[in-house]
Amino acid sequence: MDLMKVAEEAFNTGVEVPEFGAGDTVSVHYKIKEGAKERVQVFRGTVIQVKGAGVSKRFTVRKMSNNVGVERIFPINSPFIDKIEVNRKGKVRRARIYYFRELTGKKARIKEKRV
Amino acid sequence: MPGLIGKKIGMTSVFSADGKNVPCTVIEAGPCVVTQVKTVETDGYDAVQLAYDEKREKSTTKPMKGHFQKAGTTPKAKLVEFKDFEQEFKPGDVVTVDMISEDTFVDVCGISKGKGFQGVVKRHGFRGVGDATHGQHNRLRAPGSLGASSYPSRVFKGMRMAGRTGGDRVKVENLRVLKVIPESNLLLIKGSVPGAKGSYLIIEV
Repeated sequence: MDLMKVAEEAFNTGVEVPEFGAGDTVSVHYKIKEGAKERVQVFRGTVIQVKGAGVSKRFTVRKMSNNVGVERIFPINSPFIDKIEVNRKGKVRRARIYYFRELTGKKARIKEKRV
Repeated sequence: MPGLIGKKIGMTSVFSADGKNVPCTVIEAGPCVVTQVKTVETDGYDAVQLAYDEKREKSTTKPMKGHFQKAGTTPKAKLVEFKDFEQEFKPGDVVTVDMISEDTFVDVCGISKGKGFQGVVKRHGFRGVGDATHGQHNRLRAPGSLGASSYPSRVFKGMRMAGRTGGDRVKVENLRVLKVIPESNLLLIKGSVPGAKGSYLIIEV
């Protein structure tokens, strides 16, 4: 397994990713290519889960867009991610907050974690 | 073809320059030691015998010990002959992964994973005979007819049937070399290669 790490390390871009987990609110600045032009789109929402490890680590962000829930899965090492901002630390009891999908209105709130 | 002996380490994925997530296989290729140089005069054909991977002296036979001693190396586990090397070799020379350059294409040869006794659907890609419903049963993955009746009154040789699957020598051609890491003898190749992790591979340039 050691040699696997050497191989994966060779492709490490050295981009620092802030630490966050389920329940946190993040803004993902995502590069979008339209023909020759490139622009940055911000996807802001709650992190539902962080999945995988190493090069295949991914995280799911959920947001409510016009009362429709939208979820996007981002590979954490994706070169299309410009930057990730952690806006708010949430206090949740589990690593994957799937129950959050069922909650609407006043119940769909997560307490802020005091540091 | 000139080439190298290697070992499958595992699979991972990397992001390419244009942002695509590319699946790739990590191979430890070489260093291989030249243990014998065959020539037309002595052996009837030209070839270079390469050896790879350490082997315990205790589990090496006496004749093989002598063979390795001649080349001045320690006992090795895997020996393969290669042809048409551009440079001249003499026993004891070391061939490393440096001979492979990035962004070229290689062929990789290995022993595929054994699947045991399998039916014709998995083994030969048959589609089975019947429906799963409409009152049918037990024909879903069946091979169907093996041939005609009174003529020829026998089953032709080589008729594809169920049997031992996998464990064959398989060559995958034209795999792109994504990266070469000479410090740790590593080779990153796009796509998959036959065999289990830790199995020996022949990389043909």
